[in-house]
Amino acid sequence: MSVDVRPGPLTRPTGVADRARRGRTLRGRTGARFSVRLEGRTALVCAGLLAALAAVVAVLLTTGDYPLTVPQAVSALLGQGRPADAFVVTGLRLPRVVVGVLVGVALGVAGAVFQQVTRNPLGSPDVIGFTHGAVTGALVVLLVLGGTGSAVPLGALVGGFANAALVYALSVRGGLQGYRLILVGIGVSAVLIAVNNYLLTRSRVEQAQAAQLWITGSLNARGWDQALPLAAGLAVLLPVLLVLGRSLTVLDLGDDAARALGVRVDRLKLAVLAAAVAVTALAATAAGPIAFIALAAPQVARRLTGAVGSGLVAAGLTGAVLLLLSDLAAQRLFSPVQLPVGVMTGAVGGLYLCWLLVAQWRRGLG
Amino acid sequence: MLGLAALVLLAAVVASLAVGSRDVPLGTVWDALRGTATGQDALVVRELRVPRTLAGLLVGAALGLSGALMQALTRNPLADPGLLGVNAGAAAAMVTALAVLGLTSRLQLVWFAMLGAAVVSVAVYVIGSAGRGGATPVRLALAGTAVTAALTAYTTAWILLDQRTFDRFRFWQVGSLAGQDAAVVAQLAPFVLVGTALGLSQVRPLNALALGVDSGRALGASVTRTRVLTALAVTLLCGSATAAVGPVAFVGLAVPHLVRALTGPDQRWVLPLSTLLAPGLLLLGDVIGRVVVRPGELEVSIVAAVLGAPVLVALVRRRRLAQL
Repeated sequence: MSVDVRPGPLTRPTGVADRARRGRTLRGRTGARFSVRLEGRTALVCAGLLAALAAVVAVLLTTGDYPLTVPQAVSALLGQGRPADAFVVTGLRLPRVVVGVLVGVALGVAGAVFQQVTRNPLGSPDVIGFTHGAVTGALVVLLVLGGTGSAVPLGALVGGFANAALVYALSVRGGLQGYRLILVGIGVSAVLIAVNNYLLTRSRVEQAQAAQLWITGSLNARGWDQALPLAAGLAVLLPVLLVLGRSLTVLDLGDDAARALGVRVDRLKLAVLAAAVAVTALAATAAGPIAFIALAAPQVARRLTGAVGSGLVAAGLTGAVLLLLSDLAAQRLFSPVQLPVGVMTGAVGGLYLCWLLVAQWRRGLG
Repeated sequence: MLGLAALVLLAAVVASLAVGSRDVPLGTVWDALRGTATGQDALVVRELRVPRTLAGLLVGAALGLSGALMQALTRNPLADPGLLGVNAGAAAAMVTALAVLGLTSRLQLVWFAMLGAAVVSVAVYVIGSAGRGGATPVRLALAGTAVTAALTAYTTAWILLDQRTFDRFRFWQVGSLAGQDAAVVAQLAPFVLVGTALGLSQVRPLNALALGVDSGRALGASVTRTRVLTALAVTLLCGSATAAVGPVAFVGLAVPHLVRALTGPDQRWVLPLSTLLAPGLLLLGDVIGRVVVRPGELEVSIVAAVLGAPVLVALVRRRRLAQL
């Protein structure tokens, strides 16, 4: 399901592909100016994901050391009910849930974009190395400069963007090839991983462990201070990605074919990658570089919807569900020990992907 | 080409024996090796530098060959030996041994790391071969990624909860040739040798399968057998290397690319040259690490990445890479 706001050569060929996939195009009154494509199964899966998301949010808002009923939580959300309830729900649990949802959506969408552009299921931001730059930036702030608090996300942001810009500058040469981008990204990340390991071994063990906690990524003690900037950034970037994402499907035909269909391939790739990097960066500043969501969510979504192409909406929703489920497990499973959510995303995402792959292969697909 | 690689290797071995925080003249090195020299220098060479150099040779060869095999097997230029879950398995087993059993001796830990690597590789292969169609390369890579993620989570949980384990683990994780025990090297040598022989024996079927599964079959290669044997070789090689010195990233990934840029995609060249070139480069990296921050040292994995990455980037930029 995606929105196409561009008339012209692009709509005709994809329209043919749509009919082949039994999709249905809803047209507005002005005809082809604005059309929304709805594919039955994708829409159904997205609705299911939304329902699952709502269920997890309900569980997260009502359970914990201070249990509430659903009506109590709802009235607290609406500004009624006891002050204590309101504090727990809107002051503590809701911002954490909001950060979780936003980070999950951001990572899922960014991962889908990266995998589409590089045309490689392993081509997530983690692999290309944006995350390693963010970690290096954070480690430099934490371990070398001795900074804390808000300086850490700032360092991560600078490190991440510097890394992405370097990778891009090094891999552009007569057009942007996904293959070259990945290899350059791996080369740059190798250096950054080495630097990170060096920094971790050359500092005191307490400091290093605190840094390790940040690297793992956590939603513990996240409040509105993290949620609001993240929401504002995503409100700008996600629509851009969704609009551009439509054209990404055409890239599956190959760069030359896409060019022949009127897509400005290089400009498109640059635009979507820049937006995806910014989205990943925002997510990392809010919660640390949480592993695996960007890699797994698009793969899971793709297998759920059975659709070709990027499926950004489904990928984003899957990312949010995966992240919140992981956070739930991280909070409750080993309580009173609160594990960082980054531990759980790996475990939950990894095991789920294993199960999904096996189930799919059993049925003789893929 | 083979001669050049051998030359690099020889130079690296000599440098690795002679150079360090205490420089030893070449004559003394030779005498120490023959057993005729005595004194501080000879002791350093025999007790410290020889085990370290041997470890570098074994680990380098293992990483180079397993990287080349992995890329040939999966036909994915991103594949590195860690992709089958070998590194993650070794790390998870190490953490378990450190945190739960409280083991600290390197000789015992090596076995745990090997065991972890082997068990996880088998698990990845079983998952990858579920259903009809068997273990295709893409499936193996996906299964390996998924299992790695789950195991990394396990490892991270332990090191976040237990500071003592974290302290030991962070030094293992960085990957270093320093402080190698001759006994550890002796333990690992058979695994590396068997793995190398097995890996090099797959040159012809891998070449045939590079043309695609059907053409490969028509040329007489058994798909399943080749995949199983290659995966086994990768596990033996990469598992023992990781067990010995910790995960050394990048060597296994970059060396085959470097070799392919020189020779093209023929496995008859790629596999042996990767085996020869990787230990040379690893040892040179180790020597540089000993020199740059004297009297301290930089770990070999750090040097390898910092020096190797620009080369890889330059290669990627300069020409069309030989595709797989």
